[in-house]
Amino acid sequence: MKRTRHTLLWLQTLVAMLLLVCTTLALAATPALSPDEAAVDARLKAISRELRCLVCQNETLADSNAKLAQNLRREVRKLIADGHSDSEVISFLTERYGDFVRYRPPFKPLTWLLWLGPFALLGCGALMLGHIVQRQKQQDAPPPDAATAARINALLAQQNKDTLA
Amino acid sequence: MKKQWIWALPLAVFVVMVGFFAASLDKDPRELPSQRLDKPAPAFTLPLLENPQASFSPAQMHGQVWLLNVWASWCAACRSEHALIGQLAKQVPVVGLNQQDEAGAARAWLAELGNPYLATPTDDDGRVSIDYGVYGVPETFVIDKQGVIRYRHLGPVTEQSINDVLLPLIRKLQA
Repeated sequence: MKRTRHTLLWLQTLVAMLLLVCTTLALAATPALSPDEAAVDARLKAISRELRCLVCQNETLADSNAKLAQNLRREVRKLIADGHSDSEVISFLTERYGDFVRYRPPFKPLTWLLWLGPFALLGCGALMLGHIVQRQKQQDAPPPDAATAARINALLAQQNKDTLA
Repeated sequence: MKKQWIWALPLAVFVVMVGFFAASLDKDPRELPSQRLDKPAPAFTLPLLENPQASFSPAQMHGQVWLLNVWASWCAACRSEHALIGQLAKQVPVVGLNQQDEAGAARAWLAELGNPYLATPTDDDGRVSIDYGVYGVPETFVIDKQGVIRYRHLGPVTEQSINDVLLPLIRKLQA
């Protein structure tokens, strides 16, 4: 009985020490960033969220762990650190991989349909709606003449009397 | 009677969309057109796998048609295409760009499967591959006598792609 309690204590101490070592290692593994590096990092994050990883095409460059994505992030970081603008970084990539790397395709003749298509469809819908409304208005029956109106009123009055009775 | 055609409009739109989708069915969405096509092959100087003191650069190939085959020992598809690359190497010089590999593993791989390459520059950090727009390994570039990229084959070459595309193009460029 006493012996097992002893081992338990030992185990607990061991686990505590291990955890302490792990935490220290983890802290040591993440070096503090200088303000410059933090700024580069923030821009890298912002840009790579706009870019597609070419290996796993539905992931952004920021999210992907593919080897190519790691390489590209490294190159982008280098370009940013060298003082290149965002558009220069993006053209570095489109030069090599085409517009497909961008999640937001540029507005140019080839992509006019892509950008304007939804609005064109919306316009078509509005035109068709207007057309249908117009036609229904025309199909509405013309107002009755005086004699017919009098007869209608008489019939309605009669009906009212019947239901009340 | 009037404007009956308007009801055919949605049907027409539907037919056009079906046409688009049907045409895309056969296409591999992973296959992106190379941006480097018909442009000069990017220059580089990289150490050789067999002899890191020596180096290779595309300028050395000026005046001849050649292939740049991007490979790595960790790439399974490279193993499957290797025999075919060997066949191609009998017709045209092939340079093997060894991408992000361990030198020991890469040398062992060539010793095991045979070395068809005229030279094997090592792209340790993948920087040159990025310049060539490589996003999958293997990829094979056909480069003409003037050093212009004329074709890029994505993925492992097949007997069909060699006979139908690569060899006819190489012969045409060599003529």
